[in-house]
Amino acid sequence: MTDIAPAIELKGISKAFGPVQANKDISIRVMPGTIHGIIGENGAGKSTLMSILYGFYKADAGEIWVDGRKADITDSQAAIAAGIGMVFQHFKLVENFSVVENVILGAEDGAFLRPSVSKARKTLKQLAEEYEMHVDPDALIEHLSVGHQQRVEILKALYREANILILDEPTGVLTPAEADHLFRILDNLRKEGKTIILITHKLREIMEITDTVSVMRRGQMTATVKTAETSPEELAELMVGRKVLLRVDKQPPTPGEVILSVKDLHVTDDKGVERVKGISFDIRAGEILGIAGVAGNGQSELMNVLGGIMEASGQITMMGAPLPLSGKGSDGFARRQANIGHVPEDRQREGLIMEFTAWENTVFGYHLDPQWQKGPLMDNKAIRAEAAAKMDRFDVRPPDPDLKAKNFSGGNQQKVVLAREIERNPDLLLVGQPTRGVDIGAIEFIHQEIVRLRDAGKAILLVSVELDEIMSLSDRIAVMFDGKIMGERLPAQTNERELGLLMAGISGEPGKEDWKAVEESLAAVEQEEASQNG
Amino acid sequence: MDLSTIIELLGSTVRLGTPLLLMCLAGLYSERAGVVDIGLEGKALVAAFFSAAIAYVTGSVILGLLAAIAASLVFSLIHGLASITFRGNQLISGVALNFLASGMTVLIAQTWFGQGGQTPALGDVRYKPITLPFADTLEPVPVLGPVYHDLISGHSILVYVAFLLVPVTWWVLYRTRFGLRLRAVGENPGAVDTAGVSVARLRFTSVLIAGLLCGLAGSYLSTGLQAGFVKEMVAGRGYIALAALIFAKWRPWYALSATMLFGLLQAVALRYQNINLGDGIIIPVQFMNVLPYILTIIILAGFVGAAIPPRASGEPYTKER
Repeated sequence: MTDIAPAIELKGISKAFGPVQANKDISIRVMPGTIHGIIGENGAGKSTLMSILYGFYKADAGEIWVDGRKADITDSQAAIAAGIGMVFQHFKLVENFSVVENVILGAEDGAFLRPSVSKARKTLKQLAEEYEMHVDPDALIEHLSVGHQQRVEILKALYREANILILDEPTGVLTPAEADHLFRILDNLRKEGKTIILITHKLREIMEITDTVSVMRRGQMTATVKTAETSPEELAELMVGRKVLLRVDKQPPTPGEVILSVKDLHVTDDKGVERVKGISFDIRAGEILGIAGVAGNGQSELMNVLGGIMEASGQITMMGAPLPLSGKGSDGFARRQANIGHVPEDRQREGLIMEFTAWENTVFGYHLDPQWQKGPLMDNKAIRAEAAAKMDRFDVRPPDPDLKAKNFSGGNQQKVVLAREIERNPDLLLVGQPTRGVDIGAIEFIHQEIVRLRDAGKAILLVSVELDEIMSLSDRIAVMFDGKIMGERLPAQTNERELGLLMAGISGEPGKEDWKAVEESLAAVEQEEASQNG
Repeated sequence: MDLSTIIELLGSTVRLGTPLLLMCLAGLYSERAGVVDIGLEGKALVAAFFSAAIAYVTGSVILGLLAAIAASLVFSLIHGLASITFRGNQLISGVALNFLASGMTVLIAQTWFGQGGQTPALGDVRYKPITLPFADTLEPVPVLGPVYHDLISGHSILVYVAFLLVPVTWWVLYRTRFGLRLRAVGENPGAVDTAGVSVARLRFTSVLIAGLLCGLAGSYLSTGLQAGFVKEMVAGRGYIALAALIFAKWRPWYALSATMLFGLLQAVALRYQNINLGDGIIIPVQFMNVLPYILTIIILAGFVGAAIPPRASGEPYTKER
């Protein structure tokens, strides 16, 4: 072990953005031919550290050693030359360029394109066969599925002959099947002797694929351990700094009468595309209905219709009374008057006004309630006092109602939104992506609050792309694909694999572990999508 | 309308369309790289002034042209500094340069020549028409002869340069490494940056190319199309070129058709003033003058297919993950 030089060695890396110390004296050794996980909460400094390694940011202090030699990585060009490739969380692809154009960009041979393109085609073909990464070189990026776009990013790095591949939160946008495929690719790469650094906040992925794992907390490296010698519980504790409950602690549900009934709902977006194609379901008091699905299969539109943001056709009844789906009385304000709370999927754009203070944000949507009026004016003093109390109850940190929403972390922003919606005691709560971009510690709290509302006899509609979250929180699971409900399952009677297939639009039971068949049907689905787009 | 009238009208279209074409291509390079350039007008205006002034003083058209290009490049550099280096608002930088050009040219002209903000008439110190080979020999040939002699031949060098720049631009954009990177940086500068290519250098290069082309356009206006500089002589052509750029959907060959269409409208307006359609229906000349803008609005409203600008145009690039 000692005579092999680490593929990557970071020594004492520090980086500050203004007053925020993103990385503090970080040292790490990554051995060649291994998959090294880096795990930590949002804002722990993982991405910053990797961006420094890739030359995207410049460290304030510290050294980078590659293959036993000190490397002076001043920009991405230098990182690429040192054999480092990076797949960013938000892909760095030119959407209206073809795959091959994206691959050669910045790595062209000579001033003219033609020789580069034909060379890239040949190389892409080899790489595709070597690593099971088939992509049509002439397809435009915007016509590819997210999984394929990610493949292009990996191909880009391999085309530049990267030996060290950094992946930043690669599975956030993938279906479970796509994620499995990605892990098989990574495994192949490891077998070929490539070194992989995997940044993630998902404990399951770390346990599944990595050889070693480093934990980061608040800009510091708190531990590096062999994956085989640790457990998810230990890692979670290292990440958060205290014991964390990874499972949602809840009693079996006691469903009451039907609160919301949806019949034959159709939603067409403003481009004229039908997004929701005739779905029906009921939610009862005291139960959580989870809607699983890959992003973009109609869940957002469903939420928006129920929340009064989009118009639709069909029928919805709330506690026996029909709710209008278009025109007067179908807006968000009317929905709130009907006692429907709404925690939108995109909290920064639809849930909060980032430039406004926390106390102002705790009253939006309910600002016309009589209790906040003082003659013709708003009773700001009362609102502010109530906001402080709500923030205290929901453990918002810092508990300062005068702070602007944008200055809170993701988890605390979400708590502000939840406090606003839950404290009004809605009969139905719509919750979209409640823990997206939220730290493990806060996830625990948010899940508990949702369960507490359920136990108080309220109905909850949960939309999430995180399958773990759906599985652990829901009392009933409906899977949406292409605007339709593919099936309903009880959490105790299903598993991730089955739900994953439903999410990919495949119902029925395939043969056990028969991945070839699954891959083929997935490819067929993708092709169908591509032809619809084209 | 007989053949000679049509040829005359089309010849005038080519002459009036050339400055639009040059400025449109200038805007194309700049916006394809993600830098909106509303300062085409101002750049062409300083170029027009320095071209005429230096040509008059030195008696050399070439020196005039070089001065025009230099002045326009200086303006481009300012635009680049403001909008690329300091990440300022590109529209504001462009508008400021337009105002600067409009005031500066008249002020300097008055100080140097004392003729009310104009340059003295250039007389012979202008771009000479170029007679293409066999133009005179072929003239008697029916139809083709006059077309070749009066429409294709007999323009000044900058007209041919402008037309040649269309295929050249297409080739650069779609067949070279520089073109690939230029298009990429206008769509997603993050992709270019992470590929290890400097976003700022690429954008500066394209902004300077835009400056060069505006220099040609300005020089052509004061030293080719007309014989001397007069106040505000670009007269909104910079904005029409931007309209043509939208009309052309940021593509070189479409830019040629769009600018020639707008050139034709100007030629018609210039020749006919009010057009009488009979029965007392008269199209006033003003209508022809606003037509380019009306057409652009129709395009923008999406009636003739969507005009989608380069995705990152107008946005200064800041690194983010």
